Amino acid sequence: MSSENYMVQLKNVNKWYGNFHVLKNVNLNVKKGERIVICGPSGSGKSTTIRCINRLEEHHQGEIIVNGITLNNDLKNIESIRRDVGMVFQHFNLFPHLTVLENCCLAPIWVKKVPRREAEATAMRYLEKVKIPDQAKKFPGQLSGGQQQRVAIARALCMNPDVMLFDEPTSALDPEMVKEVLDTMISLAETGMTMLCVTHEMGFAKSVADRVIFMDGGQIVEENEPNEFFNNPQNERTQLFLSQILNH
Amino acid sequence: MPDWLQLMIDSFPSLLYAGLVFTIPLTLLSFVLGLSLGFVTALTRLYAPLPLVALARFYVWLFRGTPLLVQLFLIFYGLPKVGIVFDPFPAALIGFTLNVGAYSSEIVRAVIESVSRGQWEAAYSIGMSWSQAMRRIILPQATRIAVPPLSNTFIALVKDTSLAAVLTVPELFQAAQRIASTTYEPLVMYTEAALLYLLFSTVLSWGQTRLEQHYGRHATHLGGQS
Repeated sequence: MSSENYMVQLKNVNKWYGNFHVLKNVNLNVKKGERIVICGPSGSGKSTTIRCINRLEEHHQGEIIVNGITLNNDLKNIESIRRDVGMVFQHFNLFPHLTVLENCCLAPIWVKKVPRREAEATAMRYLEKVKIPDQAKKFPGQLSGGQQQRVAIARALCMNPDVMLFDEPTSALDPEMVKEVLDTMISLAETGMTMLCVTHEMGFAKSVADRVIFMDGGQIVEENEPNEFFNNPQNERTQLFLSQILNH
Repeated sequence: MPDWLQLMIDSFPSLLYAGLVFTIPLTLLSFVLGLSLGFVTALTRLYAPLPLVALARFYVWLFRGTPLLVQLFLIFYGLPKVGIVFDPFPAALIGFTLNVGAYSSEIVRAVIESVSRGQWEAAYSIGMSWSQAMRRIILPQATRIAVPPLSNTFIALVKDTSLAAVLTVPELFQAAQRIASTTYEPLVMYTEAALLYLLFSTVLSWGQTRLEQHYGRHATHLGGQS
């Protein structure tokens, strides 16, 4: 397969925090429209991996290619990649001083120079998709966690990204709110969006993922399609991890 | 009518004039200029290359570590010895600006740093540049936190401008001093001056409350925000 068909490519990516080798030769190719779930114990480098893709973290060796553009140290290059890559954070990171609608319109207006009215129409369309158009005039602090996370998804979608990164999007939510966020992610997956999700929601992985990746100690230890991954894990560490999170 | 009340009423126009023409303009001008200087100093300390950071730290250290009165004397009485001469009002303005700049830079630095890293990351993740993130995301949130401490600086400044009297600036306190020395009524005149300062700072505190309400309108339920 030629590299043009890959949306995201990581080639021998290495990263250190001081002396700590946090990513070790990570190789990952993500095709357009592919849904990837990354799991693994805490400290395994899974969040760091996806945070390198939009340069919230800098990698020290290797190559990261997003949508045909190789990530380098040039700010213009970084900002152009970030415009094409949406991200959803564990703690939502909505802008508390702006309303839900303003949260969604800000980047289209100031980064993409979309006229305000058009940006607001787009934002309302996405707020309807995540099923909270009626909260548009509220501030984030007035919403529940699940609602805030759905706003965060809408905010990312308003930039019309080619890839969406999810960094443990349900980990900070109360249990009863996990489902509404997962449902939103599932319907997003059905639109053909390329998605990389760091999550421990194995139900989500089984029903949506094309591939599940298991990381441990900064390395990709195992990757497979969900059925094989869950029913027939090859690596000892994967088996241990799965037994811990599935049988509790 | 008792004599003291008559004196207060008679002298009130002079004191109010001195307050409105010298004290308030000196306060407002040196606060605006000082805050701008403080903002630049804070950004320098947070984001500039090391030599500039050292320069900014030196400035803050110098002006926070020496008495305001000594700074004013150096500017007005000291600098003429090396050929730098200022009129009283500009000398006072420079002194207060440098002083406010040093104190407010620490406030600005602290409030910018108090906005969580996640806000920067969210702004970057939707393609914003550093300056867009600073202007649209970080500063509006930092401003809300900065209102109470900056109001402190401002109210302190209103009162500190009375030090300009020693540079012969005919501001409120100097007007009171002048009348007190001709009428031999220091108790009455300095009480009147104190009441006027109290009035000025009270009005400014109302301004602070209004500003806090304005910037705090989103802060009703911040639970769940990081």
